[in-house]
Amino acid sequence: MVTVRKLPEEELFLPGSVACQGCPSSLGLRIAFKALGKNTVLIVVASCTSVLQGSYPYSAINLPLYNVAFATGGASASGVVAGIRALAKRGVFEEEPTVLVWAGDGGTYDIGIQSLSGAAERETDFIYVCLNNEMYSNTGTQRSGATPLGAWTTTTPGGKAQHRKDIAQIMIAHKIPYVATASLAYPVDFYQKMLKANSIRGTKYIELLAPCPPGWKFAADQMIEVSRKAVESGMWLLYEHEQGDTRLTGVTRRIIEGKVKKRPVKDYIEIQGRFSNILASREGQEAEEMLESEVSESIKRLQGWVPEYI
Amino acid sequence: MIEKDDDIGYINSISLPIKGCAGDTGEWRIFKPVKDAEKCNECLLCWIYCPEATISKEGVEIDYQYCKGCGICAVECPTGAITMVKEEKR
Repeated sequence: MVTVRKLPEEELFLPGSVACQGCPSSLGLRIAFKALGKNTVLIVVASCTSVLQGSYPYSAINLPLYNVAFATGGASASGVVAGIRALAKRGVFEEEPTVLVWAGDGGTYDIGIQSLSGAAERETDFIYVCLNNEMYSNTGTQRSGATPLGAWTTTTPGGKAQHRKDIAQIMIAHKIPYVATASLAYPVDFYQKMLKANSIRGTKYIELLAPCPPGWKFAADQMIEVSRKAVESGMWLLYEHEQGDTRLTGVTRRIIEGKVKKRPVKDYIEIQGRFSNILASREGQEAEEMLESEVSESIKRLQGWVPEYI
Repeated sequence: MIEKDDDIGYINSISLPIKGCAGDTGEWRIFKPVKDAEKCNECLLCWIYCPEATISKEGVEIDYQYCKGCGICAVECPTGAITMVKEEKR
């Protein structure tokens, strides 16, 4: 069994970066690099990660890195993978490097979905990690397709009126070999999912929930606690999907098996400032109930339930 | 690894990976994490949860040159071995 103690010591994400205090992106990168190791090519889609690596001529990331435009995560990966394959035929590599795309939710849910979908359809051999902080944090916290119902952003000052998309299910519908969701509160689970993704050929999609302290309006020291409560309240479900089978993991599995009691969604949203407007308003109770029913519908869907309108 | 003061020789388009590409980020701190060695059981949770990679796996030492003082280590420490102490004004 893998424990925290067995995770590799080598740091490929170096201290002293430009990231904010308590940044989930830098922690996610750290753990992902521990799983993939040095033989990795990183493609960073426009996001906070484009900034936090530091400015020329220095970088906080000790890997070959390619910064690309917002819509091009999947397309750039396809090009890099083709290039690596051509060099591999000439015998340049002892072992072919892993291609890792690191994108935000804006670059995945909204702007980058067509290039990701195309790359998945072409069965490009790469790992795509979506660091989902549920808003466009890098440009000043605007609404994205991942923003949950009721959450404040600069473009939804009264709380978002729509539900978020379930992009992991969209990726499962592409019939790619591996789809998983992960949380920073369970680093060993995320590490193992990255290791598994690295051992499979084809397009792999991993989504990581990234509570952003300045964007979600909570103190930086609560970052792990918010990640944990997201899973315990069911607002973030941990699972992996392989060869047509969805397997629940970690706390999500224990909640659905009835071994642990699910927290109410309120426990999760009341610790974040971005929900304080909606909770204080007349629609607060209604929004809470709508989020609660979104959670129970997502759980039912994972267990194979299909709504009647399909 | 290449150090910050090393002469990189010529102008090129390659960024060099170094510690502290944003300078000494320890200067950002308002509160400073202080470890009580007697309470620490080396469970390494602070090491894995540190977003900035400033806690060493060996010996659980905090690198104050780069620690930004986010306080995650103090919140997550199961034995309460890390306390946040207000930094003195510089």
